[in-house]
Amino acid sequence: MQTLPADSRSDDLIKVENLSKYFSVSSGLFSKPFQLKALQDISFTVKRGETLGIVGESGCGKSTLGRCILQLLTPDDGRVLWMGQDIAALPPEEMRKHRKDLQIIFQDPLASLNPRMTVGEIIADPLKTLMPELKAKERRDRVIRIMEAVGLLPEMINRYPHEFSGGQAQRIGIARALITEPKLIVCDEPVSALDVSIQAQILNLLADLKDQFGLTLIFISHNLSVVRHVSDRIMVLYLGRIVELANGDDLYDDPKHPYTRALLTAVPIPDPRRARQRTIDGLVGEIPSPINPPSGCTFRTRCRYALPICAQQRPPLESTGTRMIACHRWQELELKPGA
Amino acid sequence: MANVLVVDDLDVTFSLHQSEVKAVSDLNFTLSEGETLAVVGESGSGKSQAFLSIMGLLAKNGKASGRAMLGDTNLIGMAPGALDAYRGKDIAMIFQDPMTSLNPTLKVKTQLAEVLVRHQGYTLEKAVRTTIEMLERVGIPEPVKRANAYPHELSGGMRQRVMIAMALLCKPKVLIADEPTTALDVTVQAQMLDLFKNLSNEFGTALVLITHDLGVVAGVADRMMVMYGGRCVEQGPTDNLFYDPRHPYTLGLLHSTPHVAKRARRLDPIQGLPPSLEHLPSGCAFHPRCAFRFDRCFTERPPLLPVEDVREKACWYQGELNYEEVA
Repeated sequence: MQTLPADSRSDDLIKVENLSKYFSVSSGLFSKPFQLKALQDISFTVKRGETLGIVGESGCGKSTLGRCILQLLTPDDGRVLWMGQDIAALPPEEMRKHRKDLQIIFQDPLASLNPRMTVGEIIADPLKTLMPELKAKERRDRVIRIMEAVGLLPEMINRYPHEFSGGQAQRIGIARALITEPKLIVCDEPVSALDVSIQAQILNLLADLKDQFGLTLIFISHNLSVVRHVSDRIMVLYLGRIVELANGDDLYDDPKHPYTRALLTAVPIPDPRRARQRTIDGLVGEIPSPINPPSGCTFRTRCRYALPICAQQRPPLESTGTRMIACHRWQELELKPGA
Repeated sequence: MANVLVVDDLDVTFSLHQSEVKAVSDLNFTLSEGETLAVVGESGSGKSQAFLSIMGLLAKNGKASGRAMLGDTNLIGMAPGALDAYRGKDIAMIFQDPMTSLNPTLKVKTQLAEVLVRHQGYTLEKAVRTTIEMLERVGIPEPVKRANAYPHELSGGMRQRVMIAMALLCKPKVLIADEPTTALDVTVQAQMLDLFKNLSNEFGTALVLITHDLGVVAGVADRMMVMYGGRCVEQGPTDNLFYDPRHPYTLGLLHSTPHVAKRARRLDPIQGLPPSLEHLPSGCAFHPRCAFRFDRCFTERPPLLPVEDVREKACWYQGELNYEEVA
């Protein structure tokens, strides 16, 4: 397949088109494995310099999407255009040329650091494979510069991960992602394992680094307060499909999809008077199994506005120019703001 | 309201190879009938250990002293055999991860009915019937079918409901919930918090909610207790602490929490890290991270003293907590 000509002036750093990812799940030794549709028909763009938040409940496919964008998982269908070039089809050696531009930060900071490597080795590790031309001295200088940028003392360079707290370990993870001077970082629940006071420090750090290094971020989290805090635009996923995507303020102040609204009213607010006043949009039940999703609109089993048509036809993802939404009734429903 | 649990001078100490570590120091509080007390703090603040010690569930190297009076009975230092007459009956505890708290080899109804057979002397048949009623009360659809399921066949939210049902079977006076919604999705968390509110109204159970999430506290707690370095640093009615915090740590926690309805450009976090209990700072344990500290904080530990009628704080600083003034 021919790739589109690279257009480096385009605002779109990443364009995802009709991406799908299936996993085969075996139910027993002798039964036929069946397909779990983790992501279906996902299309969106990420603009240079923005932060795109991805939210949804467990099993909605948000982490799978992050990994598909980075080609850590190979999508089963669709394209991922990185500055105009389809990287979903690239063989691993070709992909390696792009790896230094695309990095990731993981949730569990200690589990994602090799306990037998020193901090300096961990941070420098990506350089060995991705920028082998650097000399030892240059590598070390770079490591020290990045350590300072993320708030680690350079004299910690020879220490081991177990000597660090969770927040400091996450700083090491961030330094490792930054060392190749990437253009895009996928942050997969980067603060979920941290204490509240440390979480705030890391969120501020990410904001500073984004300005300083001109980064584009994809920020995956189940925590809607955190996502709102960091994101310019936000995508809401439900059972592997986009249900709504809009600017942060539009989405939070004026949710159009019943699921977005339900999510927002369920977020605990650290304000007792408001918390007592508001009514939670009593979403019944739990997210259905992605192995056997409901017909039509997958959200209909928990949606208070569902009509017969919702069971028969899957609502298309409509675009209004500023917002994408997949709901049969979004134009007629009057949903109050969530929080 | 009558007090159901009165805790005095509770200390929890763990002995390590060479040394002893104090996880909880000098904890005092009362819990009255039907009220919800939130216990807030970061990892290592002692919030879980304090309540594990009350339940007699400390690790082998842990030792508790002081008093935890459940009515006329002191639970601290009681032999495990004697404790069993109260645990699960008058005082119950549920944990963050419901999967590891349920026995995977027993059907839901078997492990729940056991509680009633043991504590209330019910026949098995009557116990199973009551179990199914309770499963329905906590909002489990098709309770008969779920009662016959094994824990792995249920979703996370459903398992947590089963745990709550189990804890409530004997209508305990006190229910301690340690991060009960942390592992759950936000929509399920909301259902669960609603359930807690309704159940404490219905059964008059006093609820202790141990959590790090101030959003959860705001929604359900009547009073809150903030812990730092094994001690209570501030306690009082939830509204007072949220709208008029008097301890710099409480203020810092509030400033660190992102708010879904407001988009601040930057959060205002507490600098530095929570202390290690093995090397607690001298004086006030919070002083290395405190923006309001002065000489006295380095050397003398502030006692927990009443401020106004209904609240207490442990802090030497008496001025207004206003960042601009110190900066």
